Amino acid sequence: MAAPVLEARGIEKHYAGFTALRGVDLAVRFGMVHGLIGPNGSGKSTLLNAMAGSVLPDRGTITLAGADVTRLPPHQRVRRGLSITFQVTSIVAGLSAYDNVLLALQARGSWPTLMRSGTRRGLHEDVVRSLRQFNLLHQADSIAGGLSHGEQQWLELAMAMATRPRVLLLDEPTGGMSIEERRITGQLLARAKEHTAILIVEHDLDFIRTLCDVVTVLHEGAVLDEGTPEYIASSEAVRRVYVTRA
Amino acid sequence: MRGSARTLPAIEVLALLLATALPLILSQFQVIFLTRLLILSLLALSFDFAWGQGGVFSFGQGLFFGLGAYVAALLATRADMTSAFVAIPLAMLAGLVVASLFGGFLLLGRRPASLIYIGMATLAASYAAQRLAAGWSKIGGQNGVSGVPFPTLGGADLEPGRGFYYVALALLVAVYLAFRYLSRSQFGLVLAAARDNESRVGALGYRTAPYKWLVFALAGGVAGLSGGLSAFHEGFAGPNLLGVLTSTQAVLYVLVGGVGTLAGAVGGVFVMEYASLELSTRFASAWPVILGGILLLVIMFLPNGLIGAVISDRARMPTFGDRRAKPKRVPVDVSEEETVGSASA
Repeated sequence: MAAPVLEARGIEKHYAGFTALRGVDLAVRFGMVHGLIGPNGSGKSTLLNAMAGSVLPDRGTITLAGADVTRLPPHQRVRRGLSITFQVTSIVAGLSAYDNVLLALQARGSWPTLMRSGTRRGLHEDVVRSLRQFNLLHQADSIAGGLSHGEQQWLELAMAMATRPRVLLLDEPTGGMSIEERRITGQLLARAKEHTAILIVEHDLDFIRTLCDVVTVLHEGAVLDEGTPEYIASSEAVRRVYVTRA
Repeated sequence: MRGSARTLPAIEVLALLLATALPLILSQFQVIFLTRLLILSLLALSFDFAWGQGGVFSFGQGLFFGLGAYVAALLATRADMTSAFVAIPLAMLAGLVVASLFGGFLLLGRRPASLIYIGMATLAASYAAQRLAAGWSKIGGQNGVSGVPFPTLGGADLEPGRGFYYVALALLVAVYLAFRYLSRSQFGLVLAAARDNESRVGALGYRTAPYKWLVFALAGGVAGLSGGLSAFHEGFAGPNLLGVLTSTQAVLYVLVGGVGTLAGAVGGVFVMEYASLELSTRFASAWPVILGGILLLVIMFLPNGLIGAVISDRARMPTFGDRRAKPKRVPVDVSEEETVGSASA
Protein backbone atom coordinates (compact mmCIF):
# COMPACT_ATOMS: atom_id res chain seq x y z
CA MET A 1 0.00 0.00 0.00
CA ALA A 2 1.31 3.47 -0.93
CA ALA A 3 2.48 5.83 1.82
CA PRO A 4 -0.11 8.38 2.93
CA VAL A 5 0.01 11.70 1.08
CA LEU A 6 -2.13 13.41 3.69
CA GLU A 7 -2.30 12.07 7.21
CA ALA A 8 -4.08 13.19 10.36
CA ARG A 9 -2.98 11.75 13.71
CA GLY A 10 -4.80 12.18 17.01
CA ILE A 11 -6.76 15.22 15.89
CA GLU A 12 -8.81 16.83 18.66
CA LYS A 13 -10.96 19.91 18.40
CA HIS A 14 -13.02 21.40 21.21
CA TYR A 15 -15.44 24.28 21.06
CA ALA A 16 -17.08 25.88 24.10
CA GLY A 17 -18.87 23.00 25.79
CA PHE A 18 -18.64 20.75 22.75
CA THR A 19 -16.07 18.29 21.43
CA ALA A 20 -16.08 18.10 17.63
CA LEU A 21 -13.16 15.67 17.15
CA ARG A 22 -11.71 13.15 19.62
CA GLY A 23 -8.32 11.85 18.53
CA VAL A 24 -9.10 11.12 14.90
CA ASP A 25 -6.57 9.26 12.72
CA LEU A 26 -6.97 9.30 8.95
CA ALA A 27 -4.57 8.51 6.09
CA VAL A 28 -5.28 9.47 2.47
CA ARG A 29 -3.19 7.66 -0.16
CA PHE A 30 -2.25 8.44 -3.74
CA GLY A 31 -4.42 6.87 -6.42
CA MET A 32 -7.29 6.20 -4.02
CA VAL A 33 -10.61 7.85 -3.36
CA HIS A 34 -11.16 7.97 0.38
CA GLY A 35 -14.74 8.54 1.51
CA LEU A 36 -15.57 10.24 4.80
CA ILE A 37 -19.11 9.64 5.99
CA GLY A 38 -21.09 9.95 9.18
CA PRO A 39 -24.33 11.33 10.57
CA ASN A 40 -24.84 15.09 10.83
CA GLY A 41 -22.64 16.53 13.58
CA SER A 42 -20.20 13.62 13.49
CA GLY A 43 -17.26 15.96 12.74
CA LYS A 44 -16.73 15.36 9.00
CA SER A 45 -16.60 19.02 8.02
CA THR A 46 -14.47 19.95 11.03
CA LEU A 47 -11.95 17.27 10.09
CA LEU A 48 -11.94 18.36 6.46
CA ASN A 49 -11.44 21.98 7.49
CA ALA A 50 -8.65 21.00 9.88
CA MET A 51 -6.88 19.20 7.04
CA ALA A 52 -7.41 22.20 4.75
CA GLY A 53 -6.10 24.59 7.41
CA SER A 54 -9.20 26.67 8.03
CA VAL A 55 -9.69 25.08 11.46
CA LEU A 56 -6.76 24.80 13.86
CA PRO A 57 -6.85 21.54 15.87
CA ASP A 58 -6.28 21.68 19.63
CA ARG A 59 -4.17 18.52 19.54
CA GLY A 60 -2.71 16.18 16.95
CA THR A 61 -0.67 16.57 13.79
CA ILE A 62 -1.40 16.81 10.09
CA THR A 63 1.27 15.87 7.59
CA LEU A 64 1.24 16.56 3.86
CA ALA A 65 3.73 14.60 1.77
CA GLY A 66 5.64 13.82 4.96
CA ALA A 67 5.90 17.43 6.16
CA ASP A 68 4.11 18.70 9.26
CA VAL A 69 1.57 21.31 8.12
CA THR A 70 -0.54 21.41 11.30
CA ARG A 71 0.12 25.11 11.90
CA LEU A 72 0.33 26.25 8.29
CA PRO A 73 -2.38 28.57 6.96
CA PRO A 74 -4.58 27.32 4.09
CA HIS A 75 -2.81 29.18 1.30
CA GLN A 76 0.53 27.63 2.24
CA ARG A 77 -0.99 24.15 2.26
CA VAL A 78 -2.41 24.83 -1.18
CA ARG A 79 1.04 25.78 -2.36
CA ARG A 80 2.31 22.44 -1.06
CA GLY A 81 -0.19 20.55 -3.17
CA LEU A 82 -3.48 20.49 -1.33
CA SER A 83 -6.65 21.54 -3.10
CA ILE A 84 -10.20 21.88 -1.78
CA THR A 85 -13.70 22.37 -3.13
CA PHE A 86 -16.52 23.63 -0.97
CA GLN A 87 -19.94 22.34 0.01
CA VAL A 88 -21.51 25.52 -1.32
CA THR A 89 -20.08 26.14 -4.77
CA SER A 90 -17.43 28.77 -4.42
CA ILE A 91 -16.40 29.80 -7.87
CA VAL A 92 -15.74 33.44 -8.69
CA ALA A 93 -19.19 34.20 -10.02
CA GLY A 94 -18.37 37.50 -11.73
CA LEU A 95 -15.58 36.09 -13.90
CA SER A 96 -15.84 33.88 -16.96
CA ALA A 97 -15.35 30.11 -16.65
CA TYR A 98 -12.06 30.53 -18.51
CA ASP A 99 -10.78 33.17 -16.08
CA ASN A 100 -11.75 31.01 -13.08
CA VAL A 101 -9.54 28.19 -14.34
CA LEU A 102 -6.77 30.60 -15.32
CA LEU A 103 -6.92 32.04 -11.80
CA ALA A 104 -6.39 28.57 -10.35
CA LEU A 105 -3.55 27.76 -12.73
CA GLN A 106 -1.58 30.95 -12.27
CA ALA A 107 -1.67 30.80 -8.46
CA ARG A 108 2.00 29.92 -8.18
CA GLY A 109 3.14 32.90 -10.25
CA SER A 110 5.09 35.69 -8.60
CA TRP A 111 3.92 39.32 -8.56
CA PRO A 112 6.26 40.53 -11.30
CA THR A 113 5.28 37.60 -13.52
CA LEU A 114 1.58 38.22 -13.00
CA MET A 115 1.99 41.96 -13.53
CA ARG A 116 3.49 41.47 -16.94
CA SER A 117 1.11 38.56 -17.65
CA GLY A 118 4.15 36.39 -18.15
CA THR A 119 2.42 33.01 -17.92
CA ARG A 120 -0.80 33.87 -19.77
CA ARG A 121 0.04 32.34 -23.14
CA GLY A 122 1.83 29.38 -21.65
CA LEU A 123 -1.20 28.47 -19.54
CA HIS A 124 -3.74 28.77 -22.33
CA GLU A 125 -3.53 25.15 -23.42
CA ASP A 126 -3.84 23.96 -19.82
CA VAL A 127 -6.94 26.11 -19.30
CA VAL A 128 -8.56 24.77 -22.46
CA ARG A 129 -7.65 21.21 -21.54
CA SER A 130 -9.21 21.59 -18.08
CA LEU A 131 -12.37 23.10 -19.49
CA ARG A 132 -12.65 20.34 -22.06
CA GLN A 133 -12.10 17.61 -19.49
CA PHE A 134 -14.96 18.96 -17.44
CA ASN A 135 -17.34 19.53 -20.36
CA LEU A 136 -17.07 23.29 -20.07
CA LEU A 137 -15.19 24.37 -23.16
CA HIS A 138 -18.37 25.58 -24.84
CA GLN A 139 -18.97 27.79 -21.79
CA ALA A 140 -15.43 29.24 -21.63
CA ASP A 141 -16.56 32.82 -22.10
CA SER A 142 -19.75 32.54 -20.05
CA ILE A 143 -19.94 34.29 -16.71
CA ALA A 144 -19.47 31.56 -14.10
CA GLY A 145 -22.38 32.77 -11.99
CA GLY A 146 -24.72 32.14 -14.91
CA LEU A 147 -23.77 28.47 -15.38
CA SER A 148 -26.12 25.67 -14.26
CA HIS A 149 -25.55 24.22 -10.79
CA GLY A 150 -23.89 21.10 -12.19
CA GLU A 151 -21.63 23.14 -14.43
CA GLN A 152 -20.63 25.34 -11.51
CA GLN A 153 -19.67 22.23 -9.54
CA TRP A 154 -17.61 20.94 -12.45
CA LEU A 155 -15.96 24.32 -12.78
CA GLU A 156 -15.09 24.09 -9.10
CA LEU A 157 -13.59 20.65 -9.72
CA ALA A 158 -11.75 21.90 -12.78
CA MET A 159 -10.23 24.70 -10.69
CA ALA A 160 -9.28 22.28 -7.93
CA MET A 161 -7.68 19.82 -10.38
CA ALA A 162 -6.07 22.43 -12.62
CA THR A 163 -3.08 22.82 -10.33
CA ARG A 164 -2.45 19.04 -10.32
CA PRO A 165 -2.68 18.76 -6.54
CA ARG A 166 -1.22 15.97 -4.46
CA VAL A 167 -4.47 15.75 -2.51
CA LEU A 168 -7.96 16.86 -3.42
CA LEU A 169 -10.44 17.49 -0.61
CA LEU A 170 -14.06 17.49 -1.75
CA ASP A 171 -16.92 18.64 0.45
CA GLU A 172 -20.16 17.19 -0.92
CA PRO A 173 -19.31 17.64 -4.60
CA THR A 174 -22.64 16.22 -5.82
CA GLY A 175 -24.89 18.32 -3.59
CA GLY A 176 -27.90 19.54 -5.60
CA MET A 177 -26.92 17.64 -8.75
CA SER A 178 -29.25 15.65 -10.97
CA ILE A 179 -28.75 11.88 -11.34
CA GLU A 180 -27.08 12.39 -14.71
CA GLU A 181 -24.79 15.07 -13.33
CA ARG A 182 -23.82 12.77 -10.46
CA ARG A 183 -22.99 10.01 -12.92
CA ILE A 184 -20.73 12.31 -14.91
CA THR A 185 -19.13 13.67 -11.74
CA GLY A 186 -18.35 10.12 -10.67
CA GLN A 187 -16.66 9.49 -14.01
CA LEU A 188 -14.66 12.70 -13.68
CA LEU A 189 -13.44 11.82 -10.20
CA ALA A 190 -12.65 8.22 -11.12
CA ARG A 191 -10.34 9.60 -13.78
CA ALA A 192 -8.94 12.26 -11.46
CA LYS A 193 -7.75 9.68 -8.93
CA GLU A 194 -5.16 8.47 -11.41
CA HIS A 195 -3.31 11.73 -10.73
CA THR A 196 -4.00 12.53 -7.10
CA ALA A 197 -5.26 11.34 -3.73
CA ILE A 198 -8.89 12.24 -3.05
CA LEU A 199 -10.72 12.69 0.25
CA ILE A 200 -14.43 13.13 -0.22
CA VAL A 201 -17.17 14.04 2.26
CA GLU A 202 -20.51 12.99 0.81
CA HIS A 203 -24.01 12.15 1.99
CA ASP A 204 -24.92 10.12 -1.10
CA LEU A 205 -23.92 6.62 -0.03
CA ASP A 206 -24.57 5.12 -3.46
CA PHE A 207 -22.09 7.60 -4.87
CA ILE A 208 -19.57 6.73 -2.14
CA ARG A 209 -20.00 3.01 -2.70
CA THR A 210 -19.41 3.18 -6.44
CA LEU A 211 -16.51 5.62 -6.30
CA CYS A 212 -14.48 5.08 -3.13
CA ASP A 213 -11.69 2.62 -2.46
CA VAL A 214 -11.71 3.21 1.30
CA VAL A 215 -14.40 4.61 3.56
CA THR A 216 -14.01 6.04 7.07
CA VAL A 217 -17.09 6.43 9.23
CA LEU A 218 -17.10 9.15 11.88
CA HIS A 219 -19.45 9.14 14.81
CA GLU A 220 -19.54 11.74 17.59
CA GLY A 221 -16.11 13.05 16.62
CA ALA A 222 -14.31 9.68 16.56
CA VAL A 223 -13.56 7.04 13.93
CA LEU A 224 -16.23 4.38 14.21
CA ASP A 225 -14.97 2.07 11.48
CA GLU A 226 -12.88 2.02 8.33
CA GLY A 227 -12.53 -0.27 5.33
CA THR A 228 -13.70 -0.97 1.82
CA PRO A 229 -17.23 0.15 0.87
CA GLU A 230 -18.32 -3.50 0.97
CA TYR A 231 -16.92 -3.98 4.46
CA ILE A 232 -18.54 -0.75 5.70
CA ALA A 233 -21.87 -1.78 4.20
CA SER A 234 -21.75 -4.96 6.28
CA SER A 235 -20.31 -3.43 9.47
CA GLU A 236 -22.56 -4.00 12.44
CA ALA A 237 -21.14 -0.97 14.29
CA VAL A 238 -21.97 1.26 11.35
CA ARG A 239 -25.44 -0.22 11.01
CA ARG A 240 -26.18 0.59 14.62
CA VAL A 241 -25.46 4.32 14.35
CA TYR A 242 -25.93 5.04 10.71
CA VAL A 243 -29.02 4.55 8.63
CA THR A 244 -27.80 3.49 5.23
CA ARG A 245 -29.56 3.10 1.94
CA ALA A 246 -27.51 -0.02 1.18
CA MET B 1 -28.40 47.23 -25.18
CA ARG B 2 -25.45 49.11 -23.74
CA GLY B 3 -22.19 49.25 -25.69
CA SER B 4 -19.99 46.40 -26.82
CA ALA B 5 -16.48 45.61 -25.62
CA ARG B 6 -15.19 48.16 -28.13
CA THR B 7 -17.20 51.07 -26.72
CA LEU B 8 -14.82 51.80 -23.86
CA PRO B 9 -11.64 51.87 -26.02
CA ALA B 10 -13.52 54.10 -28.47
CA ILE B 11 -14.43 56.50 -25.65
CA GLU B 12 -10.84 56.47 -24.42
CA VAL B 13 -9.39 57.29 -27.84
CA LEU B 14 -11.97 59.99 -28.50
CA ALA B 15 -11.33 61.59 -25.11
CA LEU B 16 -7.57 61.57 -25.73
CA LEU B 17 -7.96 63.20 -29.16
CA LEU B 18 -10.27 65.81 -27.70
CA ALA B 19 -7.96 66.49 -24.76
CA THR B 20 -5.01 66.92 -27.11
CA ALA B 21 -6.80 69.30 -29.47
CA LEU B 22 -8.89 71.40 -27.07
CA PRO B 23 -6.15 73.71 -25.69
CA LEU B 24 -5.44 74.88 -29.23
CA ILE B 25 -8.86 76.50 -29.50
CA LEU B 26 -9.67 77.41 -25.89
CA SER B 27 -8.87 80.58 -23.97
CA GLN B 28 -6.10 80.79 -21.37
CA PHE B 29 -8.67 80.76 -18.56
CA GLN B 30 -10.34 77.65 -19.96
CA VAL B 31 -7.00 75.87 -20.39
CA ILE B 32 -6.08 76.61 -16.77
CA PHE B 33 -9.46 75.29 -15.66
CA LEU B 34 -8.97 72.13 -17.73
CA THR B 35 -5.48 71.64 -16.29
CA ARG B 36 -7.01 71.70 -12.83
CA LEU B 37 -9.40 68.96 -13.92
CA LEU B 38 -6.55 66.84 -15.28
CA ILE B 39 -4.76 67.12 -11.94
CA LEU B 40 -7.92 66.20 -10.05
CA SER B 41 -8.39 63.29 -12.47
CA LEU B 42 -5.13 61.84 -11.16
CA LEU B 43 -6.57 62.03 -7.64
CA ALA B 44 -9.78 60.35 -8.81
CA LEU B 45 -7.79 57.64 -10.63
CA SER B 46 -5.86 56.95 -7.45
CA PHE B 47 -9.08 56.30 -5.53
CA ASP B 48 -10.60 54.27 -8.36
CA PHE B 49 -7.51 52.08 -8.55
CA ALA B 50 -7.52 51.48 -4.78
CA TRP B 51 -11.27 50.86 -4.50
CA GLY B 52 -12.46 49.81 -7.93
CA GLN B 53 -9.51 47.53 -8.70
CA GLY B 54 -7.97 46.64 -5.36
CA GLY B 55 -11.15 46.61 -3.28
CA VAL B 56 -9.47 48.85 -0.67
CA PHE B 57 -11.90 51.57 0.38
CA SER B 58 -9.35 54.32 0.87
CA PHE B 59 -11.45 57.15 2.23
CA GLY B 60 -8.29 59.14 2.93
CA GLN B 61 -6.74 59.85 -0.45
CA GLY B 62 -6.65 63.52 0.61
CA LEU B 63 -3.87 62.60 3.01
CA PHE B 64 -1.54 61.55 0.18
CA PHE B 65 -2.71 64.35 -2.12
CA GLY B 66 -2.05 66.99 0.54
CA LEU B 67 1.25 65.38 1.47
CA GLY B 68 2.43 65.58 -2.14
CA ALA B 69 1.29 69.20 -2.28
CA TYR B 70 3.21 70.10 0.90
CA VAL B 71 6.35 68.30 -0.26
CA ALA B 72 6.36 70.14 -3.60
CA ALA B 73 5.48 73.50 -1.99
CA LEU B 74 8.11 73.22 0.74
CA LEU B 75 10.81 72.05 -1.66
CA ALA B 76 10.09 75.00 -3.94
CA THR B 77 9.78 77.68 -1.25
CA ARG B 78 12.29 76.51 1.37
CA ALA B 79 14.88 74.58 -0.64
CA ASP B 80 14.53 76.48 -3.91
CA MET B 81 13.95 73.14 -5.61
CA THR B 82 11.60 73.97 -8.46
CA SER B 83 12.77 71.46 -11.05
CA ALA B 84 9.73 69.50 -12.16
CA PHE B 85 11.97 66.49 -12.64
CA VAL B 86 12.87 66.49 -8.95
CA ALA B 87 10.03 68.08 -6.98
CA ILE B 88 7.15 66.24 -8.63
CA PRO B 89 8.74 62.75 -8.40
CA LEU B 90 9.56 63.49 -4.75
CA ALA B 91 5.92 64.45 -4.11
CA MET B 92 4.91 61.14 -5.66
CA LEU B 93 7.52 59.28 -3.64
CA ALA B 94 6.22 60.85 -0.42
CA GLY B 95 2.71 59.60 -1.18
CA LEU B 96 4.05 56.16 -2.09
CA VAL B 97 6.18 55.76 1.04
CA VAL B 98 3.55 56.99 3.49
CA ALA B 99 0.85 54.88 1.81
CA SER B 100 3.17 51.85 1.94
CA LEU B 101 3.75 52.27 5.66
CA PHE B 102 0.15 53.09 6.48
CA GLY B 103 -1.10 50.33 4.17
CA GLY B 104 1.27 47.85 5.78
CA PHE B 105 -0.20 48.69 9.17
CA LEU B 106 -3.78 48.47 7.88
CA LEU B 107 -3.65 45.54 5.50
CA LEU B 108 -0.82 43.21 6.42
CA GLY B 109 -1.99 42.21 9.88
CA ARG B 110 -2.90 38.69 10.91
CA ARG B 111 -6.60 39.24 10.33
CA PRO B 112 -7.91 40.71 7.09
CA ALA B 113 -9.10 44.28 7.63
CA SER B 114 -12.79 44.92 7.00
CA LEU B 115 -14.08 47.47 4.54
CA ILE B 116 -15.48 49.70 7.29
CA TYR B 117 -12.25 49.51 9.27
CA ILE B 118 -10.15 50.58 6.30
CA GLY B 119 -12.60 53.34 5.34
CA MET B 120 -12.74 54.77 8.85
CA ALA B 121 -9.01 54.41 9.51
CA THR B 122 -8.03 56.19 6.29
CA LEU B 123 -10.61 58.91 6.86
CA ALA B 124 -9.39 59.40 10.43
CA ALA B 125 -5.79 59.62 9.22
CA SER B 126 -6.77 62.21 6.64
CA TYR B 127 -8.55 64.28 9.30
CA ALA B 128 -5.65 63.94 11.74
CA ALA B 129 -3.17 65.04 9.08
CA GLN B 130 -5.27 68.12 8.35
CA ARG B 131 -5.37 69.06 12.03
CA LEU B 132 -1.66 68.40 12.42
CA ALA B 133 -0.77 70.62 9.45
CA ALA B 134 -3.14 73.36 10.61
CA GLY B 135 -1.46 73.45 14.01
CA TRP B 136 2.15 73.17 12.81
CA SER B 137 3.53 76.66 12.43
CA LYS B 138 6.75 75.54 10.72
CA ILE B 139 4.78 74.50 7.66
CA GLY B 140 2.56 77.54 7.69
CA GLY B 141 -0.10 76.39 10.12
CA GLN B 142 -3.62 77.27 9.11
CA ASN B 143 -2.32 79.53 6.30
CA GLY B 144 -0.41 76.73 4.62
CA VAL B 145 2.42 77.42 2.17
CA SER B 146 1.65 80.12 -0.36
CA GLY B 147 3.67 81.80 -3.09
CA VAL B 148 4.89 78.53 -4.55
CA PRO B 149 6.96 79.49 -7.63
CA PHE B 150 6.38 78.00 -11.06
CA PRO B 151 8.14 74.72 -11.62
CA THR B 152 10.99 74.66 -14.10
CA LEU B 153 11.26 72.23 -16.97
CA GLY B 154 14.50 72.18 -18.91
CA GLY B 155 15.52 75.57 -17.51
CA ALA B 156 12.27 77.34 -18.41
CA ASP B 157 9.38 78.24 -16.11
CA LEU B 158 6.34 76.07 -16.59
CA GLU B 159 3.53 78.55 -16.11
CA PRO B 160 -0.12 77.57 -15.93
CA GLY B 161 -1.39 77.45 -19.49
CA ARG B 162 -0.83 75.19 -22.48
CA GLY B 163 2.63 73.98 -21.40
CA PHE B 164 1.46 72.95 -17.94
CA TYR B 165 -1.67 71.46 -19.48
CA TYR B 166 0.25 69.11 -21.75
CA VAL B 167 2.58 68.06 -18.93
CA ALA B 168 -0.44 67.23 -16.77
CA LEU B 169 -2.10 65.45 -19.69
CA ALA B 170 1.03 63.38 -20.37
CA LEU B 171 1.22 62.33 -16.72
CA LEU B 172 -2.50 61.52 -16.62
CA VAL B 173 -2.23 59.38 -19.77
CA ALA B 174 0.84 57.60 -18.38
CA VAL B 175 -0.88 56.80 -15.07
CA TYR B 176 -4.10 55.81 -16.82
CA LEU B 177 -2.28 53.41 -19.13
CA ALA B 178 -0.25 51.95 -16.26
CA PHE B 179 -3.36 51.34 -14.14
CA ARG B 180 -5.22 50.01 -17.18
CA TYR B 181 -2.37 47.63 -17.95
CA LEU B 182 -2.18 46.36 -14.37
CA SER B 183 -5.93 45.93 -13.99
CA ARG B 184 -6.06 43.89 -17.20
CA SER B 185 -3.04 41.75 -16.40
CA GLN B 186 -2.97 38.42 -14.62
CA PHE B 187 -2.31 40.52 -11.50
CA GLY B 188 -5.59 42.32 -12.23
CA LEU B 189 -7.34 38.97 -12.53
CA VAL B 190 -6.36 38.19 -8.93
CA LEU B 191 -7.66 41.60 -7.83
CA ALA B 192 -10.94 41.15 -9.72
CA ALA B 193 -11.42 37.69 -8.23
CA ALA B 194 -10.59 38.88 -4.70
CA ARG B 195 -13.20 41.64 -4.96
CA ASP B 196 -15.78 39.03 -5.93
CA ASN B 197 -14.89 36.06 -3.70
CA GLU B 198 -11.84 36.62 -1.52
CA SER B 199 -12.12 33.37 0.44
CA ARG B 200 -12.07 31.34 -2.79
CA VAL B 201 -8.99 33.18 -3.98
CA GLY B 202 -7.34 32.35 -0.66
CA ALA B 203 -8.30 28.69 -1.07
CA LEU B 204 -6.46 28.68 -4.40
CA GLY B 205 -3.23 29.55 -2.62
CA TYR B 206 -3.16 33.32 -2.95
CA ARG B 207 -2.48 35.62 -0.03
CA THR B 208 -4.53 38.61 -1.09
CA ALA B 209 -3.39 41.12 1.54
CA PRO B 210 -0.05 41.92 -0.16
CA TYR B 211 -1.86 42.48 -3.45
CA LYS B 212 -4.14 45.01 -1.77
CA TRP B 213 -1.21 46.61 -0.02
CA LEU B 214 0.61 47.14 -3.30
CA VAL B 215 -2.47 48.68 -4.92
CA PHE B 216 -2.98 50.96 -1.92
CA ALA B 217 0.67 52.09 -2.04
CA LEU B 218 0.57 52.79 -5.78
CA ALA B 219 -2.67 54.73 -5.34
CA GLY B 220 -1.00 56.76 -2.59
CA GLY B 221 1.88 57.54 -4.93
CA VAL B 222 -0.45 58.78 -7.66
CA ALA B 223 -2.40 60.91 -5.18
CA GLY B 224 0.96 62.41 -4.10
CA LEU B 225 1.81 63.11 -7.73
CA SER B 226 -1.54 64.83 -8.15
CA GLY B 227 -0.95 66.92 -5.02
CA GLY B 228 2.53 67.97 -6.17
CA LEU B 229 1.17 69.13 -9.51
CA SER B 230 -1.66 70.94 -7.76
CA ALA B 231 0.71 72.86 -5.48
CA PHE B 232 2.71 74.09 -8.48
CA HIS B 233 -0.37 74.86 -10.53
CA GLU B 234 -2.28 76.73 -7.82
CA GLY B 235 0.85 78.12 -6.12
CA PHE B 236 -0.40 76.93 -2.77
CA ALA B 237 -0.56 74.01 -0.33
CA GLY B 238 -2.81 74.18 2.72
CA PRO B 239 -4.23 71.93 5.46
CA ASN B 240 -7.55 71.50 3.68
CA LEU B 241 -5.84 69.61 0.87
CA LEU B 242 -4.96 66.86 3.36
CA GLY B 243 -8.39 66.59 4.86
CA VAL B 244 -11.84 65.13 4.67
CA LEU B 245 -13.07 67.47 1.94
CA THR B 246 -10.43 66.37 -0.57
CA SER B 247 -10.88 62.72 0.42
CA THR B 248 -14.65 62.93 -0.02
CA GLN B 249 -14.20 64.71 -3.33
CA ALA B 250 -12.16 61.79 -4.66
CA VAL B 251 -14.85 59.31 -3.61
CA LEU B 252 -17.64 61.38 -5.18
CA TYR B 253 -15.83 61.77 -8.51
CA VAL B 254 -15.58 58.01 -8.80
CA LEU B 255 -19.09 57.23 -7.57
CA VAL B 256 -20.56 59.65 -10.08
CA GLY B 257 -18.36 58.52 -12.97
CA GLY B 258 -18.47 54.79 -12.26
CA VAL B 259 -16.34 52.64 -9.98
CA GLY B 260 -13.68 50.33 -11.40
CA THR B 261 -13.56 51.68 -14.91
CA LEU B 262 -10.78 54.32 -14.67
CA ALA B 263 -12.49 56.19 -17.51
CA GLY B 264 -15.45 56.75 -15.19
CA ALA B 265 -13.20 58.38 -12.60
CA VAL B 266 -11.89 60.90 -15.12
CA GLY B 267 -15.40 61.48 -16.48
CA GLY B 268 -16.70 62.02 -12.94
CA VAL B 269 -14.17 64.81 -12.37
CA PHE B 270 -15.13 66.61 -15.57
CA VAL B 271 -18.89 66.27 -15.00
CA MET B 272 -18.77 67.33 -11.36
CA GLU B 273 -16.38 70.22 -11.80
CA TYR B 274 -18.17 71.58 -14.88
CA ALA B 275 -21.50 71.27 -13.08
CA SER B 276 -20.01 73.13 -10.09
CA LEU B 277 -18.69 75.89 -12.35
CA GLU B 278 -21.94 76.29 -14.26
CA LEU B 279 -24.19 76.10 -11.22
CA SER B 280 -22.08 78.53 -9.19
CA THR B 281 -22.26 81.01 -12.06
CA ARG B 282 -26.05 80.80 -12.28
CA PHE B 283 -27.01 80.22 -8.63
CA ALA B 284 -24.51 82.12 -6.51
CA SER B 285 -25.68 80.86 -3.13
CA ALA B 286 -27.86 77.78 -3.76
CA TRP B 287 -25.48 75.91 -6.08
CA PRO B 288 -24.00 73.49 -3.50
CA VAL B 289 -27.49 72.30 -2.57
CA ILE B 290 -28.47 71.85 -6.21
CA LEU B 291 -25.21 70.02 -6.98
CA GLY B 292 -25.68 67.79 -3.95
CA GLY B 293 -29.19 66.90 -5.12
CA ILE B 294 -27.97 66.04 -8.62
CA LEU B 295 -25.17 63.85 -7.23
CA LEU B 296 -27.63 62.05 -5.00
CA LEU B 297 -29.89 61.33 -7.96
CA VAL B 298 -27.00 60.04 -10.06
CA ILE B 299 -25.79 57.73 -7.31
CA MET B 300 -29.33 56.47 -6.57
CA PHE B 301 -30.45 55.86 -10.14
CA LEU B 302 -27.13 55.01 -11.77
CA PRO B 303 -25.41 52.71 -9.27
CA ASN B 304 -22.70 51.95 -11.82
CA GLY B 305 -22.13 55.66 -12.40
CA LEU B 306 -22.45 57.62 -15.61
CA ILE B 307 -20.19 55.21 -17.49
CA GLY B 308 -22.55 52.37 -16.54
CA ALA B 309 -25.26 54.04 -18.59
CA VAL B 310 -23.29 53.52 -21.79
CA ILE B 311 -21.28 50.34 -21.13
CA SER B 312 -22.56 47.14 -19.50
CA ASP B 313 -20.58 45.28 -16.83
CA ARG B 314 -19.96 42.39 -19.25
CA ALA B 315 -18.67 44.68 -21.99
CA ARG B 316 -16.25 46.23 -19.51
CA MET B 317 -14.76 42.90 -18.48
CA PRO B 318 -11.32 42.59 -20.06
CA THR B 319 -9.52 39.57 -21.42
CA PHE B 320 -7.12 39.35 -18.52
CA GLY B 321 -3.49 39.17 -19.38
CA ASP B 322 -3.84 39.59 -23.09
CA ARG B 323 -3.87 42.90 -24.86
CA ARG B 324 -4.10 41.65 -28.42
CA ALA B 325 -6.06 38.65 -29.61
CA LYS B 326 -8.43 36.58 -27.50
CA PRO B 327 -6.70 33.21 -27.40
CA LYS B 328 -9.34 31.71 -25.16
CA ARG B 329 -11.73 31.61 -28.10
CA VAL B 330 -9.31 29.47 -30.13
CA PRO B 331 -9.49 25.92 -28.70
CA VAL B 332 -6.29 23.95 -28.93
CA ASP B 333 -6.17 20.37 -30.10
CA VAL B 334 -6.90 18.20 -27.09
CA SER B 335 -7.68 14.51 -27.34
CA GLU B 336 -11.42 13.91 -27.30
CA GLU B 337 -10.98 10.96 -24.99
CA GLU B 338 -10.10 13.37 -22.22
CA THR B 339 -13.70 14.52 -22.14
CA VAL B 340 -15.93 12.55 -19.81
CA GLY B 341 -19.66 12.15 -20.18
CA SER B 342 -21.67 14.61 -22.20
CA ALA B 343 -22.38 18.30 -21.97
CA SER B 344 -25.88 17.57 -20.87
CA ALA B 345 -26.06 19.86 -17.86
